[in-house]
Amino acid sequence: MNAPNKSGWKPAMEVADATGESPTTTGNRALMLEEPLLFEIGHAEQTGVDLPEVNSNAANRLGGFERTDPIGLVGLTEPETVRHYTRLSRQNYGIDLGFFPLGSCTMKHNPRLNEKMARLPGFADIHPLAPQSSVQGALEVIDQLATWLKTLTGMPAVAMSPKAGAHGELCGILAIRAAHTAAGNPREVVLVPESAHGTNPATAAFAGYKVDNIPATPEGRVDVEALKARLGPDVAAVMITNPNTCGLFEKDFREIADAVHEVGGYVYCDGANFNAIVGRVRPGDLGVDAMHINLHKTFSTPHGGGGPGSGPVVFSEALAPFAPLPYVEKDANGEFTIVEEETTDADHQTFGRMTAFHGQMGMFTRALTYMLSHGADGLKQVAEDAVLNANYILRSLEDILHAPFADSGPCMHEALFGDKDFGGGLSTLDLAKGLIDEGYHPMTVYFPLVVHGAMLVEPTETESKASIDQFITAFRSVTERALAGDETLKQAPYFAPRRRLDETAAARKPKLVWEAPEE
Amino acid sequence: MRYLPLTDTDRSDMLAKIGASSIDDLFVDVPEVARLDGPIRDLPMHASEMAVERHMKGLANKNLAAGDAPFFLGAGAYRHHVPASVDTIIQRGEFLTAYTPYQPEIAQGTLQMLFEFQTQVARLYGCAVANASLYDGSTACWEAVAMATRVTKRNKAVLSGSLHPHYSEVVKTMAQFTGEEIATAQPAITPEPNLDTLTSRIDDETACVVVQYPDILGRISDLSKVADAAHAKGALLVVVNTEPVALGAIKSPGEMGADIVVGEGQALGVGLQFGGPYLGLFAVRDPKHVRQMPGRLCGETVDATGKRGFVLTLSTREQHIRREKATSNICTNSGLCALAFSAHMTLLGEKGLRRLAAENHRLACVAADRLSAVAGVELLNNAFFNEFTLMLDGKPARDIVRGLADRGVLGGVSLGRLYPGVEALQQALLVTVTEMTTEEDIETLATELEAILKEPAQ
Repeated sequence: MNAPNKSGWKPAMEVADATGESPTTTGNRALMLEEPLLFEIGHAEQTGVDLPEVNSNAANRLGGFERTDPIGLVGLTEPETVRHYTRLSRQNYGIDLGFFPLGSCTMKHNPRLNEKMARLPGFADIHPLAPQSSVQGALEVIDQLATWLKTLTGMPAVAMSPKAGAHGELCGILAIRAAHTAAGNPREVVLVPESAHGTNPATAAFAGYKVDNIPATPEGRVDVEALKARLGPDVAAVMITNPNTCGLFEKDFREIADAVHEVGGYVYCDGANFNAIVGRVRPGDLGVDAMHINLHKTFSTPHGGGGPGSGPVVFSEALAPFAPLPYVEKDANGEFTIVEEETTDADHQTFGRMTAFHGQMGMFTRALTYMLSHGADGLKQVAEDAVLNANYILRSLEDILHAPFADSGPCMHEALFGDKDFGGGLSTLDLAKGLIDEGYHPMTVYFPLVVHGAMLVEPTETESKASIDQFITAFRSVTERALAGDETLKQAPYFAPRRRLDETAAARKPKLVWEAPEE
Repeated sequence: MRYLPLTDTDRSDMLAKIGASSIDDLFVDVPEVARLDGPIRDLPMHASEMAVERHMKGLANKNLAAGDAPFFLGAGAYRHHVPASVDTIIQRGEFLTAYTPYQPEIAQGTLQMLFEFQTQVARLYGCAVANASLYDGSTACWEAVAMATRVTKRNKAVLSGSLHPHYSEVVKTMAQFTGEEIATAQPAITPEPNLDTLTSRIDDETACVVVQYPDILGRISDLSKVADAAHAKGALLVVVNTEPVALGAIKSPGEMGADIVVGEGQALGVGLQFGGPYLGLFAVRDPKHVRQMPGRLCGETVDATGKRGFVLTLSTREQHIRREKATSNICTNSGLCALAFSAHMTLLGEKGLRRLAAENHRLACVAADRLSAVAGVELLNNAFFNEFTLMLDGKPARDIVRGLADRGVLGGVSLGRLYPGVEALQQALLVTVTEMTTEEDIETLATELEAILKEPAQ
């Protein structure tokens, strides 16, 4: 391995001003390969699948609705297809390639055993409406995963069908609304701290609630007094992320929950950051009524470039009867059954159905595989290592980078910094792009909104100390440039497949599909 | 523990740097009442890869995989052959382990793929623009209704009785909370959908009419009639498609006048997976509606040196910018399923998709003829693509499906399962045939169906 260049890379100005004209004939730079759009290389007559030719004279029963005009699709043979996507893949950064400290997103290693298990034909090749006698193993997976989730959270019930975190939030808020409605009044307001994920207010609004923001204290936690002052019979629920988006544990959570319950409201916990406490703290002990769990964060199912996720929601006794359909139950004979519209009984006041089928089965098998691998002891170690890594980063950078909540106690799974004291008009974005040149995926930037130029660094537990040390060295180097007002940062990244992209132009005149250039 | 790289020495060194004496020091903010004294009880401890594999295989083996039986299920989830290269492509770590492309300079792979995907979907649907995916067809259907109310500033949605009942349930569930008025109906058991009944339900308050194509009984409607009726009242036509392969054979919803086209993309590339993860497709015919669309959109732009590149765009519609004023709360979508769909569609191309569709339809015709020749079985549909409804004489279809399963045949979806308690539908069996179905499978189903129908009722 080459020794790191401790002084860091500083581009010469002439490189920074480069027009980007390719020095090679092809535009390629050795292993950095340009790839045209599919529609520029494919043909309507090309195909990579061997199928019988169409007999256009054959009688059909399409009712006279045959599609006669060209569809406008193009095809490639298999070798061309594999190369097209392999070349595209190399323009992507993934956890497999390197450190991906995207705060609040928990980019941990995705174990390959999970992938192998999800592809067993007994899981991958079964139909959601297959006779229940033929899918008992699948229902048992759902039941086992449900047991893990309930035990880890200390909650009595779980809805498995939500498709992702935001869908889970919606599930929780709809159950809360249904419970209030059943009690005679849906109420009007949901309280959301100003540091919340954008999905929280969007979800509450979607469910027909007015959103009131609760301020944060200077130490980065929910302002309990402000929250209590706002409580009243109009408040349906509070939505609080814990650990919160400033990376801190809401140490007054229990007190908040008690106060909310006192006025007849419910406590929704955004479980996006469950990785920090999994196996160590049970949200049920904190007074939570509903919480979604991102299986694609805490339980290692892959993010896939933006999904699929999976967002089961655990419920307290008070909300359990309102859980959505369908769900799995075990009968007296040990048989698993799917409870759907027809089989709900009087005890269940379900608010309805959120999706066509049973949820993200492919993610369930992966998450269960992961849980079994780690076990109760391993999951506790997961939380501890994740928190240890984050604190190590916080304490290794706080001398050089503004850390607004460094004195608020230990951070949990992520460390938060701000862009105070950057020189030369440089911003968080410039630092992030500088990190790209150093070979890292940047941290989350400009979130949470409560810190100017926020940088949220979440290392997760699957990084080695050597990897984190190298990141700290690189981060310090780029930070020094930012503090010094090094103008070359403004044009970073220099070495990525693309230089800085013009997002304003993209939005001003949206071009969202490919169109053939005019002749 | 094989996924945790820190050694005990690392942990001690790091605690020393932090100035903590033990890991418990880092959890001091957890209130006393929530502290645990060790690993959570009632759960097993960590296990080797081999042990976990054994456990999971034991569970998988309790299921009857579609590939191990003659298989005829559809109703919103379809079994097609997925070329081997699709799975190797989606397992490229750079796709599999990437996040939503917030840093476009190092996410051009995902972004270019999404731009190609949006183009493929828009063309398949006969639309101007498609988004970068939603969770699944049923949630896309709800999002379409919500969008139609934003566009028309009206509050009522008319759902066709022939819309997948689970899709109707999702829409009704959401609307209880958001206040839209949802008019639903039961499907009428007729050889052709009765469009006059549907269009007579459209009035001046209607934001949209929602029609499935082909519908839940496998029938094919003249969408243009519904489009004309909707547009005459200032309403939008939302078309739902659950089987994208059909659009390699029948006219696109866009060319028949649909305003919003949504659907389930699972049939291409994704696989059955017991219902998820699937792939919600969403497209609009008129580009002026783009700013009311839900979900991520990928757009073309240039970088600082003028090279073409791609970014997520029009984010001011979205929750992370607009918060409570967003068009939807969706964040994570179905990126990797979109890649699977797109790679499968690339392998097919126009020619392959048309051949695939033709082969599905050919085999479905063979099956329809053979099965309706069984005594006590009647084909309902005048027209169909790869899915049709059989009316069974005498016994409820649900019992017959269970009986077939006992005989090792996954024989279809009974409408009794989808519409419990609706007497008129209990005799109906929905049968789906794809290129994966062999003529031997069809013969087996016919023989077993005949045998079961002959058995005296219990």
